[in-house]
Amino acid sequence: MSDTGHDNSHLPGPSLWPIGFAVGIACLLLGLVINWVVAAVGAVIAVVFGLLWARDVTREVRGEVPEIEPETRMIAEEPAPAPAVAAPVPLPTYTRSRFLEATTIGLGAAIGAVVTVPVLGFAVLPSFTNVEEDEVDLGPIENFPVGTYVVASYLSNPQQGEVSRRTAFVRNNRAPDAGEPSFTILYSRCVHLGCPVQPNGPIDEAGLKEIEGIELRPVLAQSFGCPCHGGLYDAEGNRQAGPPVRSMDRYTFSIRNGRLVLGELYAVGNVSGTGADARISKYPWSTPGTHVDGVESWLYPIVPSQVTR
Amino acid sequence: MATRSRRASLVETTVLQPLDWVDERTAAVRATKWFLFRNVPRDISWAQTLGSAALTAFIVQTVTGVVLAMYYQPSSAIDPITGKPVAYSSIEHITNEVTLGWLVRGMHRWGASVFVILLFLHMGRVFLFGAYKYPRELTWITGVLLLVTGMLLGFTGYLLPWDQTAYWATVVGINLNGTAPFLGPWLAEFLASGPEITSDALAKWYALHMLVLPGAVIGLIFVHIYLVTRLGVSSPPWSAGAAGRERPAARPEGARTGLVRGSGGGK
Repeated sequence: MSDTGHDNSHLPGPSLWPIGFAVGIACLLLGLVINWVVAAVGAVIAVVFGLLWARDVTREVRGEVPEIEPETRMIAEEPAPAPAVAAPVPLPTYTRSRFLEATTIGLGAAIGAVVTVPVLGFAVLPSFTNVEEDEVDLGPIENFPVGTYVVASYLSNPQQGEVSRRTAFVRNNRAPDAGEPSFTILYSRCVHLGCPVQPNGPIDEAGLKEIEGIELRPVLAQSFGCPCHGGLYDAEGNRQAGPPVRSMDRYTFSIRNGRLVLGELYAVGNVSGTGADARISKYPWSTPGTHVDGVESWLYPIVPSQVTR
Repeated sequence: MATRSRRASLVETTVLQPLDWVDERTAAVRATKWFLFRNVPRDISWAQTLGSAALTAFIVQTVTGVVLAMYYQPSSAIDPITGKPVAYSSIEHITNEVTLGWLVRGMHRWGASVFVILLFLHMGRVFLFGAYKYPRELTWITGVLLLVTGMLLGFTGYLLPWDQTAYWATVVGINLNGTAPFLGPWLAEFLASGPEITSDALAKWYALHMLVLPGAVIGLIFVHIYLVTRLGVSSPPWSAGAAGRERPAARPEGARTGLVRGSGGGK
């Protein structure tokens, strides 16, 4: 005895009404929490779609005949060839299993995206947000003798400790009474690959001044060298020898109440002239080793500092 | 059976029947045989063992790394007792105070070099023997990915002692990445966790070193070894016999045949 036909005969056809019903119920439950109007709308949707669904499901039991489009076909000009000659081309169908496959993959992808996107953002974005370093007060400008460099060492973020130690080479270009103040402030990071550039000259350890965590050491140096790969810079930070691809980075600065305050870093393509008369080609700060001018700079059209600062 | 010896029936009841029970449900015995009981060319040599040697080195790195992770602390904060960064102090603690810590750290530190050297030797063998050719192209490609992830493991692990060598070598390494066109500066800033290395970078590199990259390597190793098992070991270029001999057909008398000595089959 077989009852397979019996099993199949009452399967309802695919229907969108249950989805509407589910949306209505979800809306109703949401409305109970946030707003009675939403709840009412949800209830109406649920009732309407529920009725439509019920009508659909019980159609066969009620003996209603489903509406079927009348079958039409073009009038053939010639008698149709025998159907056995050409294999019937299966028409593209959108079956229940295809629908379930698409929904499973689609919902899975949606759930995956909802979980993955915030986590990816958390993994990547903190490296690019809130990365601006605070301005640093290096103390009274009288501590910077005219015409010689001073090695200034400070913590850009004291909570982070020594990992945030930065070193700048500061040269006062003008006596205070000789006009507008001018400073040359080079960042010690080598623009080849980021090693610490050293001044090529004796550091006056006896002249060390320590003010509020800032260490200032006068140095007799007219050039700077990098110990890692032999990069050599002149007193203006221009490359003299070795692999660096641009001039040493510089700080913007301001003078407030007679104190020298370091601003943000910027990259330098080249410096012509010296001291207060130097003409500096200034670019947004970029990773050491990246060109800021010339043809090679086309390789780095957008650098992070252009976006995050 | 009257002829069956007492020992044979003992083997049957204590070993083979449990194995059959497991195999019927998991196919584990059949899979093990598929993996291990393979024909190899007659004229292979020690050169073909370099891949297994690299795998062994990786297992050593995994085990020693897990133990080191129980003592290492990826923090750049200053330890109030030693006055040095916590990460560096924990390395000193492992090396000087934890019993046998010097040995496990030494195994991990030197084993890293051994692993990378073996990867290169293995790659050189495969290249010189032409073993990357059809049908083993994907084995080669997964092997190249393993080489890259292996090198990245070395790169990320180098920062963790958090001493001057580690720090400045990593600065240079990050900025080397930074010179890549278009996305280089972005990659550098991601790796440094800011325009310069910040305190977040150490923990990030530790997570990459002990979670992300080993996970990638383990996944790649599974694919790599699956392909090796499926495609077989290639004959050397000077081999007289034809490569790619067919596997013998599966025997009907049972999956575990030949797995235990004395259980018949003789294979």
